[in-house]
Amino acid sequence: MDFELTSEQKAAHQEFRMFVDQEIMPYSDQFDEAQAMPAEVVEKMAKAGYLAAVVPKAHGGLEMDATTFGLLCHEIGRGSASLLSLLTVHGMVCQAILKWGSAEHKTHWLPKLATGEAIGAFGLTEPNIGSDARNIETRVAPTEDGNYRLTGHKQWISFAQVANLFLIIAQCEDKPTAFLVERKTEGFSTEPMSGLLGFRSAMLAKIHMDECLIPASNMIGRIGFGFTHVAGTALDHGRYCIAWGCVGMGQGCLDSSLHYSGTREQFGKFLKDHQLIQQMTADMLTQIKAARLLCLHAGTLKDKGDPSLIMETSIAKYFASNMVQKVAEQAVQIHGANGCSTAYPVQRYYRDAKIMEIIEGSNQMQQMIIAKYGYQNFMTASRQTAN
Amino acid sequence: MENNNAKIREFMGQFISNVDFADDEDIFASGLVNSLFAMQLVLFLEKDYGITVENEDLDYDNFRTLNAIVDFIERKTKAAA
Repeated sequence: MDFELTSEQKAAHQEFRMFVDQEIMPYSDQFDEAQAMPAEVVEKMAKAGYLAAVVPKAHGGLEMDATTFGLLCHEIGRGSASLLSLLTVHGMVCQAILKWGSAEHKTHWLPKLATGEAIGAFGLTEPNIGSDARNIETRVAPTEDGNYRLTGHKQWISFAQVANLFLIIAQCEDKPTAFLVERKTEGFSTEPMSGLLGFRSAMLAKIHMDECLIPASNMIGRIGFGFTHVAGTALDHGRYCIAWGCVGMGQGCLDSSLHYSGTREQFGKFLKDHQLIQQMTADMLTQIKAARLLCLHAGTLKDKGDPSLIMETSIAKYFASNMVQKVAEQAVQIHGANGCSTAYPVQRYYRDAKIMEIIEGSNQMQQMIIAKYGYQNFMTASRQTAN
Repeated sequence: MENNNAKIREFMGQFISNVDFADDEDIFASGLVNSLFAMQLVLFLEKDYGITVENEDLDYDNFRTLNAIVDFIERKTKAAA
């Protein structure tokens, strides 16, 4: 497998890196402290075209290949994990509409999502339901005129404070079903969430839906396909974003550690010349490279539409989020007390890294499906050998 | 038709490797596959048969048995021809 970037991908990566260095990195800790993402940052993302990354050109998007989009997630993740979550959830809504929406959904919503006129958010998790997503408690009931009334609560929804288009998964005839719900819908409200360990500027909110009238035409996919297919498509995209974002965060940890250990002296020599610092640096660098290769592999499979992309993306997300949790811990250790202060970004990476092991399918859920995948591959190979 | 049956059985066999299943067995009702299988099946059909599984195709009657999947492919490829 050749994972060499094309000249176009290298140029795009350079553009993303400059955007993040100029527009995000200098302010990320301020956003974190304020527990808010300024509207002008979202506008800058839209103006740069990044909200249109996965939208086809026919609908006003950039139609990035999977690797280029991964590089964007890498850089945005390096700048701010909270801002990465905008790219993630917005893209999840775009992907769900793109794959399972009607022609009308695509024509109406994709151009708006591409420009940022519409900001998307993904409503699956609830106060009582996390990993056990099939058993969500939010419900729709049919109305006499063939539409639906939606009632329930969602929680931990990234960018729900500012989004105006929500992909909500609800039980319809006791089967998970997906609906597009606009913020302006009567009975729909959001309640900001604050004081979180990480993702502090990801504008998280609870969503309350009280007898919201939803047109039947807002259903995405069909009754009973909301979790397996619609959320499945969205979550695969989410895991891909998160995996790449973790690599970017890891790179941010490494960059800060290399700078710090190359400028701070203890015992008469730079930290970088102490062997135990070198051990941590070598482990960080190696782990980041390994995670990046898994992401590149997943991206290659995505561009081919290979069925194994689902599991290889899960593996990339699992490894990369584990990686960044360890790398961020080592980065804080290298920075010592300074690493615990807002003078350096590593404390933010450290807090955000923990979130990466929980979102878009906790790592325990990933472990269960990855182990099963291993068994499936083993049995298939054994059968082929026997034949 | 026969070729499609064998090819799809081979794909499904990756996921259902420790039990025999009949051509008309409901693999979803019997719990033989998990939710991730559903999207992998969509990707497999799209990649290997050059079809697009669309919104209106989302009906478990198209996917619940090996026979149903074979019929679905026949219909989709005929419609595209």
